[in-house]
Amino acid sequence: MIGLSALLMLAFNGRIAGISGIVGNLFHVRGADRLWRLVFVVGLLGGAALYGLFSEAGLNLHLETSTPLMLTAGFIVGLGTRLARGCTSGHGVCGIGRMTPRSIAATAIFMGVAGLTVFISRHLLGV
Amino acid sequence: MNLVVALIAGLLFGGGLAISQMMDPAKVLSFLDVAGQWDPSLMLVMGGALALTVPGFRLILRRPQPLLDGRFHLPSASDVDSRLVIGSSLFGLGWGLAGLCPGPAVAGLVTGALPIVGFVVTMLAGYRLMDLIENRVLDRPAPDARVG
Repeated sequence: MIGLSALLMLAFNGRIAGISGIVGNLFHVRGADRLWRLVFVVGLLGGAALYGLFSEAGLNLHLETSTPLMLTAGFIVGLGTRLARGCTSGHGVCGIGRMTPRSIAATAIFMGVAGLTVFISRHLLGV
Repeated sequence: MNLVVALIAGLLFGGGLAISQMMDPAKVLSFLDVAGQWDPSLMLVMGGALALTVPGFRLILRRPQPLLDGRFHLPSASDVDSRLVIGSSLFGLGWGLAGLCPGPAVAGLVTGALPIVGFVVTMLAGYRLMDLIENRVLDRPAPDARVG
């Protein structure tokens, strides 16, 4: 479904379905450029909400991280995705979809660092 | 019409994140925890998406333009530079701390869970701050670049 979503965005609208860019620039751009981003985000929320409402399991999220750490992590993710121009969707799904070395490198780095972060926090620090 | 496509694409994306449990931070953290009780099932999410986008993007980009727009809006940068490396490292650090990346975080707003709302707010703040840093500091021409 995520792959299909990315295909539709590129085939019809000529856009990359990268969430950090779509959302990060939502309040920065104006007019038609803002409107399609807003509609996409409404869809994103709607898709998750519909699943939450109509599936047996529901969304059933488990938050393990303390709120201060969540806020810090969000800030770091914002800094990083702007500097790198993309996140899991933009680089990981769409960029690798175009087979660009830049996105392949980005994905290898953020997955590697994320794995390392979990290893350090869980197994070395025992958080 | 392009708004209808954006809505459908958003719905598919959000539904896909929810069904795959990519929205659940605990699930994501156990996917990232290769040394622990590793749960590789999320690998299928990205793998499944790539199984469509790798061949699909090739076919789509052979066309001169998208169906509803005059041109493809593709990123122009193609080199692996220090900003990509540092930015991706920062993103990986944040992702590993929280178990949330931007898509699942934004989709998770529907739960109204305050830590997720807070994550998205600070994420947007970080995104804008980095934009500002790039414009004001990193992209500013060096004052001593002129000779004489």
